[in-house]
Amino acid sequence: MSETVLKVENVSVKYRLTEQKVDDLKDYLIKLFKRELRYKEFLALDNVSFTLNKGDRLAIMGMNGAGKSTLLKVIAGVLKASEGTVTKRGKVVPLLELGAGFDMQYTGSENIYLYGAMLGYSKAFLDEKYAEIVEFAELGDFINVPLKNYSSGMKARLGFSIATIVEPDILILDEVLSVGDAKFRKKSEKKIMDMFDKGITVLFVSHNESQVRNLCTKGILLEHGKMTVSGTVDEVLEKYKTITG
Amino acid sequence: MKNLFLTFKKYRYLLFQLVKKDIKLKYRSSYMGVLWTLLEPLLTMMVLVLVFSKLYHNTKDFPVYILTGRLLYSFFANTTRGALKSVRANASMIKKVYVPKYMYPFASVLSGYVQFLISLVVLAGVAVYCNIKPTWHLLEALVPLTVILVLTMGAGLWLSTLAVFFRDLEYLWGVALTLIMYACAIFYRVETVVGDNNRWLFRLNPLYSVIENFRDAVYGNAMNMPVMLYSVGFSVVIFLSGLVVFYKNQDKFILHL
Repeated sequence: MSETVLKVENVSVKYRLTEQKVDDLKDYLIKLFKRELRYKEFLALDNVSFTLNKGDRLAIMGMNGAGKSTLLKVIAGVLKASEGTVTKRGKVVPLLELGAGFDMQYTGSENIYLYGAMLGYSKAFLDEKYAEIVEFAELGDFINVPLKNYSSGMKARLGFSIATIVEPDILILDEVLSVGDAKFRKKSEKKIMDMFDKGITVLFVSHNESQVRNLCTKGILLEHGKMTVSGTVDEVLEKYKTITG
Repeated sequence: MKNLFLTFKKYRYLLFQLVKKDIKLKYRSSYMGVLWTLLEPLLTMMVLVLVFSKLYHNTKDFPVYILTGRLLYSFFANTTRGALKSVRANASMIKKVYVPKYMYPFASVLSGYVQFLISLVVLAGVAVYCNIKPTWHLLEALVPLTVILVLTMGAGLWLSTLAVFFRDLEYLWGVALTLIMYACAIFYRVETVVGDNNRWLFRLNPLYSVIENFRDAVYGNAMNMPVMLYSVGFSVVIFLSGLVVFYKNQDKFILHL
């Protein structure tokens, strides 16, 4: 009865690292003639596969550089896998880098439309949700002020409010968001918890064991790009403890 | 291909937003706002008229001759320069949010085009001043005005792709644009340089072909069909090949930004 929402099949990501950075034509030609163009290949993700059903909450664990962010980028569609496929169903909302598309010269309300368009929302939808976004972000009169005059907390609040205005089918979280002051943090956490309760699918990257235990139903562990454990949260946490020592 | 249209449909509002942003921000901080779009070509034209009219013993319609060439050339030059940088300039977004990447060069070209269309008002004013009467041939101006958009889009796609891999392309393109400018016959008449029989030399430059078609329309002469067909063919080839090159390489952009 449970339907598959996300299927990651044999995904590998290969980076080509040039030993020296070559990014202009002059260097490229010189190196080409001297036969000095050498590349080192680096596997950021090596044959990772898993399947998530509706309502699954997956913890992605691993040390720094294990490939967690790369995996999230592939699932969010920013980075294309060198091999393998990712099949998604429904609306994916990545709560990573909130407000990456903001323009600092633009006012808050102009940015709502700009960033909203970037996330793929239509004008009609944004018109309808505009009041809700403004209210949730608690910006008051600042909504008509250019973003360059905002504090970083205000920017994050606006970004969060725009990104979470839709009900996602798949939510991608990189650490639990600590956005804004204590009051807003509580509010944003509550909003995320409400989404959890509605049975959405969640991908959650964290180093915090108690959070993972509380929030997630499944887990995978990445080590140097390879998926070494895939199973219940307890299995993953146990292995995670042994590698972190 | 079907996918291409679907994503375009989904993200066309973003394209509109990006174009609007470009234009809005350009004029927000300047005192005279959109007036600069009109004043800038007018002033440059005056300088060129002042310098060259004595030199070439030109006729009274010389300002229109200069302005037609200059408006089209500077649209091409400014916009390709902007498009070249468009993917790099939006690197931080490309790394974080998924958006069809061709949006960036497209938006950059389209916002230039809107400003270019506004600046045509100056040409209308100067043409009236020089006593050039509109004829039904003026309608034919729509053809070069469309062709130059396609040509610039194509060049923009090529340049924005290559600029991701080669940073110094910006300087090379600057040099190329100078060459293209002299090959556009903006402030001299082609026949005085190469003679009437060798006009085809200039017409090899598709941008000159577009300018010639546009001038004919403004002056009320019939359109030169072979010249028009050449510029259409050239532009379509550049555009389609640019699209292919951009598509083939766009997944690698993120590794180089």
